[in-house]
Amino acid sequence: MAAGDVAGGDAARHVLAVEHVSKVFGGVRALVDVDFDVLEGEVHCLAGENGCGKSTLIKIVSGVHAPEPGAVLRFAGERVEGLTPVTARRLGIQVIWQDLALFPEMTVAENIAFEANLGGRPRWVDYRAMRRTASRVLERLGVALPTGRPLRELGIAQRQVVAIARALVAEARLVFMDEPTASLTQAETRALFEVVHRLKADGIATVFVSHRLAEVLEIAERVTVLRDGRKVGVFPAGELTQNRLAELMTGEAHEAVVRARDLTAAPVVLEVDGLARGGEYEDISFRLHAGEILGVTGLLGAGRTEVAATLFGLTAPDRGGMRLDGRDLRLGSNRDAIRAGIAYVSEDRLSLGLVQPQSISRNVAITVLDRLLGFFGLLDPARERRLVGDWVDRLRIRIGRPEDAVATLSGGNQQRVVLAKWLATEPRLLILDSPTVGVDIGARAGIFQIVRELAAEGLAILMISDEIPELYHNADRILHMRAGRLVGEFQPGEAPIEAIEAAVHA
Amino acid sequence: MQAAFTRILRGQGDILGLLVFFAVVLVFFGLTTPRFLAAGTFQSIAFQLPELGLLTLAMLLPILSGGLNLAITFTANIAGLAMAWIIQLGGGPEAGLLVVLLGTVAALVVGALAGGVMGVVVAFVGAHPILVSLAMMIFLRGLGEFLTRGGDISGFPPFIATIGHGTVLGIPLPLLILLVAAVLWQVLLGRSRFGFSTYMAGSNLEATRYSGIDTRRVLVLVYVLSGVMSAVAGILMLTRFNSVRVGHGEAYLLITVLACFLGGVDPFGGFGRTAAVVLALVILQTIASGLNLMGAHQHLATALWGVFLIAVMVGRWVWQRWNWRAPG
Repeated sequence: MAAGDVAGGDAARHVLAVEHVSKVFGGVRALVDVDFDVLEGEVHCLAGENGCGKSTLIKIVSGVHAPEPGAVLRFAGERVEGLTPVTARRLGIQVIWQDLALFPEMTVAENIAFEANLGGRPRWVDYRAMRRTASRVLERLGVALPTGRPLRELGIAQRQVVAIARALVAEARLVFMDEPTASLTQAETRALFEVVHRLKADGIATVFVSHRLAEVLEIAERVTVLRDGRKVGVFPAGELTQNRLAELMTGEAHEAVVRARDLTAAPVVLEVDGLARGGEYEDISFRLHAGEILGVTGLLGAGRTEVAATLFGLTAPDRGGMRLDGRDLRLGSNRDAIRAGIAYVSEDRLSLGLVQPQSISRNVAITVLDRLLGFFGLLDPARERRLVGDWVDRLRIRIGRPEDAVATLSGGNQQRVVLAKWLATEPRLLILDSPTVGVDIGARAGIFQIVRELAAEGLAILMISDEIPELYHNADRILHMRAGRLVGEFQPGEAPIEAIEAAVHA
Repeated sequence: MQAAFTRILRGQGDILGLLVFFAVVLVFFGLTTPRFLAAGTFQSIAFQLPELGLLTLAMLLPILSGGLNLAITFTANIAGLAMAWIIQLGGGPEAGLLVVLLGTVAALVVGALAGGVMGVVVAFVGAHPILVSLAMMIFLRGLGEFLTRGGDISGFPPFIATIGHGTVLGIPLPLLILLVAAVLWQVLLGRSRFGFSTYMAGSNLEATRYSGIDTRRVLVLVYVLSGVMSAVAGILMLTRFNSVRVGHGEAYLLITVLACFLGGVDPFGGFGRTAAVVLALVILQTIASGLNLMGAHQHLATALWGVFLIAVMVGRWVWQRWNWRAPG
C-alpha cells in the first residue's frame, strides 16, 4: 500500500497508520522503512519468523521504543510525535504480551479493574466497584468468569480473557495479541476467536501475532508479512494459502508433499507390547521398523511424552514389554537406554535438552565422553574438537565458535546441536519429542530434511508432535493417542489431513 | 602468528585481569612499605597460604557443582583428630613413621566419609547443599568438642614439625603440597570425565542427567573429594601447630568462598578455573601480609579484604559493560 493512500481521504478510518519506521539496535537493523496500518474494527495479522521485527514494530507503536528519525506515526488520523507508553495507552493502544503480565495472587476482578480504580481520590480501593467493572466488561465479551477467585486458579485460556478484559477497561481501540493461541487447545482457540469477533463488533481492532498459519488465515482479514526487518507486503487473508504465507515469511518455496512410505516389510527395530504405567498410559502396542518415521500425535496430556520417558528409561512401566532389535529392554535408567541405542530429543530444549550456559562443544561431547579419552584416561581436547567439527559440518549447524554458549544460537541451530549430541551416540532408535518447538518455519524444513536423511540411512524414528501437518508431510505412519491410549493409526496420503485433525481435536 | 597468540589469550581474561591486579598490589606495597619486597615477606606468605589454599580447593568443587560445603573446616579438624588419635595410640612422641602414615590414611578416610555422607544426602535426597553441609558442620563441631572437651591434642613425634615448617630446595613443604593439590585439581576439572560432568551438572543438573551422565555419582564424588581435600588441610594444620584443636581455621570458611568468587567462579555453579582461584588466593594473602607489614591491625586487614572483594565485583561489572558496548 502506497504512503499516499494512508494519508488520504479515508485516514479517519485508520486506528493506526505508520510510515517509514526504522529501528537500529547496536548496529543491527531491526526494522527498515516499514509501513503498517490497521483499520477500525479490523482483525489484522502480523506474520513473520522470530527476529523479523514483529516485536520491535509493536514496541514502537506502543511507545516502548522510539523509532529512528523520519518515521511518521498517526493514530486515528492524528500525527503523534514523541510517543511514550503512557500516551500510547491514552490513544487506545493495548498490548497483551505472551506472558500476559497478570497478577496470579489477585482476584479476577482486581486484575481486570485495578488500573481503572487507581489514582483517584480518596485513595481507597473500592472492591465493589472493581467487581462491577469486571462483570460489566466480561459480559460485553460474552464470557462468564468467577470474578472473586484468585487468578492462579484459572486456566491459561481464561487468563487470556482476563488480559483482554483489562485492555477493554482501559478503553482500547486497538489490541495487540502476541502468540495468544500458543498454549490453547482447539476449543479454547475457538472461544478466543469468538471474543475477538465481539471486539470487532464493538469497533475495536485486533492485531494477532501468531506462527500458526492456519489460524492466521482463518481469523485475519488482512495479513502484514515482515521478513528480516522489512515489510514483504500486506495481503487480504482470502488470497493466501498456508504454503504461500510460509513462502512469504521465509522467502523460500515450500512444497507440501506427502512422503509416507510403506516400510512394514523392513526389519522391526522397536516392538512395544501392552505397555502400561498407572495414571499415565495403558495398553500401548506398536512396531517401529528400520528407516521408518512413526509419528505420534494427540492433545497435550494424552500420554505421549510419558511413553517416550519410559522408552528412554526415565520411568519404569508397570506392565508390558519393549524389545529393541528383538532383544528385551530392561532399562534401569536412561544410561541403560543410551547404551542400548536409544536417543531422546526432549520437548524441553531449554531445561532438559541442552545445558544452555555451557559451550556448544561441551553440549555435543557430553553423550560420548568415553570416546574422547586419550592418555591416562583423560579427555583429549583434539578429539573433542574433531567430533564437534564433524557434526557441525554434517548437520550444517551455523555457529560462531565451538566455545560459545549454546544459548547464543537460534532455536533451529540449538535443535541441530541436540541432534548432533544424540546422533554421536550412534543410536538405533531416535525419539523426537516436539522437535520444532521454538524453531522458525524456515529452520523447521532444515530439521525435517535431516530427520528424513537419517531415516533413509536406516535409523528408526519415533516423532511426537502437536503439529499434525508436520507429521502428515514427514511421517510414514501416524499414531493417535488420547487419554493414555492408542486410539488410531493413519497413513498420510491415504487419510486426508482434515480427517486426522478432526479425529485428534474431536 | 598473531592469530595463534589471540587464540591462546582468548578465554584467559580472568587470569590476565588477576595478574594485572597482582602487579598493582605488589607495586603499591613495594612503594609504601620499605620491607615489603624482601624474601622474608614471600617466605611468610608461602607458609600461610597453603592451609587457606587447600580449604579453598575443597570449597571449589562443590561450588562448581552448584552447591557449597560449609563443613570444610570442621572436616579438617576431625580428620586431624583421627590422625592425632592414631599417633597417640601408636606411642605419642615416640611414634614411628609407619604410625604417622597410618594416621594420615585415617585422616583422609575420615574426610572422605564426612564428604561422602553429605554427597549421598545431596545426590539422593535432593536436599539443599547449604543445609546438608551446615548440619554436617554442626555435627562435626559438636563431636569434636565432645571428644576433646574443647582442649588441644598434642604430643607428636618431632619429625612431624618438619612437614609443617621444612623446605625443599628453599620452597616450603606446605606450599609444595598446595601446588601438587592445585595441579591435581586443574587436571581433574579440566581434563577428566568427572570434571566435565561437574561443570555440566553445576549449570543444569537435569539436562546433564538426561544426557546420560550419572549425576548422583558425580555429586557424591564431588563431596567425597571435597572432604578428602579438607582432610589434607587438617593434616597440614596438625603439622604446622604440632597440635589439633577443634575450631582451628574456622575463620577461613567464608574466606574460601570469597576467594572462589574473586577467582571468577560463578556463584551458581558451572564455571570457574583452578588456576584463577589459586591466583586470587595469592593476591588475598599478599594484601594481608602487606597490611601486616604496614603495621595495620589484623582485623583491619580482614575488613579490607571485604572492601577489596566488593571493588572487584564492581570492577568486573564495569568491565563487562564496557566489553559489551565495544563493537565486535
